[in-house]
Amino acid sequence: MREKPLGPLPLDAPVPGSSFSDLLQAMGATPAMAFPPGSSPVSVPEGTTVLALRYSEGVVMAGDRRATEGHLVAYRRIRKVFPADGYSAIAIAGTAGLAMDMVKLFQVELEHYEKIEGIRLSLEGKASFLGRLVRGQLPMAFQGLPVVPIFAGYDEKELRGRVYTYDVVGGHYEEADFGSTGSGSRLAKSYLRTVYKPDILGDDAMKIAVNALVAASTEDTATGAPDLKRGILPNVVRIDSDGLVEVSDETIYPLAEDALENIL
Amino acid sequence: MTIPFYVAPEQLVRDKAEFARKGIARGRSIVAVDYADGVLILAENPSTALHKISEVYDRIAFAGVGRYNEFETLRKAGIRQADLMGYLYSREDVTAMGLATAFSQTLGVIFIRDPKPYEVEILLAEISEDGTEHRLFRVTYDGTLYDERRYVAIGGKAEQLVEALEELWAEDMTLEQAFAAGMEAFNRAEGREPEGWEVAVLAGGDGRRAFRRLDPSEIATE
Repeated sequence: MREKPLGPLPLDAPVPGSSFSDLLQAMGATPAMAFPPGSSPVSVPEGTTVLALRYSEGVVMAGDRRATEGHLVAYRRIRKVFPADGYSAIAIAGTAGLAMDMVKLFQVELEHYEKIEGIRLSLEGKASFLGRLVRGQLPMAFQGLPVVPIFAGYDEKELRGRVYTYDVVGGHYEEADFGSTGSGSRLAKSYLRTVYKPDILGDDAMKIAVNALVAASTEDTATGAPDLKRGILPNVVRIDSDGLVEVSDETIYPLAEDALENIL
Repeated sequence: MTIPFYVAPEQLVRDKAEFARKGIARGRSIVAVDYADGVLILAENPSTALHKISEVYDRIAFAGVGRYNEFETLRKAGIRQADLMGYLYSREDVTAMGLATAFSQTLGVIFIRDPKPYEVEILLAEISEDGTEHRLFRVTYDGTLYDERRYVAIGGKAEQLVEALEELWAEDMTLEQAFAAGMEAFNRAEGREPEGWEVAVLAGGDGRRAFRRLDPSEIATE
């Protein structure tokens, strides 16, 4: 355990509620978003295809592992699906650096609220808050650096999985069946539309999630296919009434193997 | 122009300390006890809605006695400080030692500067990532910081509780034994029937967050 002395506590921080991002702002710790006039978009890594779908008992969320920079592959093992808290997950597409920061802030925000209030936010509350974070990125989107997440979780009140998609201005929309974002999202959704049934089981949901990513990767160069030789497999999480589980590579490997074989 | 009455600093500090001690003595006490897998925190608390024990960070717990609104303010400020540090730097940069120092500084300033000192005592517990190292800190109303071992008590009956725990505490107790020892200490210190328990542990092996609330009826005692 390392020791690090801190200053006195922020007793008088002018933050009315229990929001961590408001606190960050009040303490002047948010990065400035001013641009020099006439600045042109910069080239940065971008995350590509992620998706989430509902199944009979919860939700499955999955994402490929590629980040691109223009026509080049920037990273081939990037992670785009993250636990948000014990009962929800967030997946990101768009400017990778900004998106990662948004995920980190979102995670701290949910935990901060839970600790201060002694109770978790409702799933709708989490989804709506994420919309606010996306909205906060709007100036960056105008600079060509958008971030568009999807959010999914298990609603502990309504006892079902729920999926939310977002647009670049922070609007959030609940999906009845599945949602996807990123460059390969239309391809993934086209695939899902043909095979999805509302009452599928969790294992089948994981299977078609991996299939949809492989289907997207065959048409979209920015979406990475699973690379069995190098052990690059999609990230998958599964959330039901028992909470969130990050699905292990051992479980995903055979699904990826089948998908690569069966998707033409 | 009116000339303010002169009050000797010694007198002022003594009066404030006495006032704070009286306020704290009215409330019920809390103990934290080291056991084999972590730290058990036990508070006598008739309310199931208002908590005295709380999670501050991944491996750090907070407990407070005295005036509810005052230790609640401190608890929130502690969580804010911890989350800010963890977000701006790294999660491992948040330590109980750092937070205890911050609580101590804050309470020290309030004691000297404000007309009315906080009538609170604070306890911080921390376990290391592998669960083997345990740390206990106690901060009093005037900002004095104590680094404790094995067990610590705060509140009006703190002295009696520590006295009792001196006899009752043993190395490598199980959770059940630690809970029994804690209850027995209260029994000896208070000499009356308890009015309900609030129990929480910091224990490793359960992912990143070590804090858990326990239902006292579920901890079997022989």
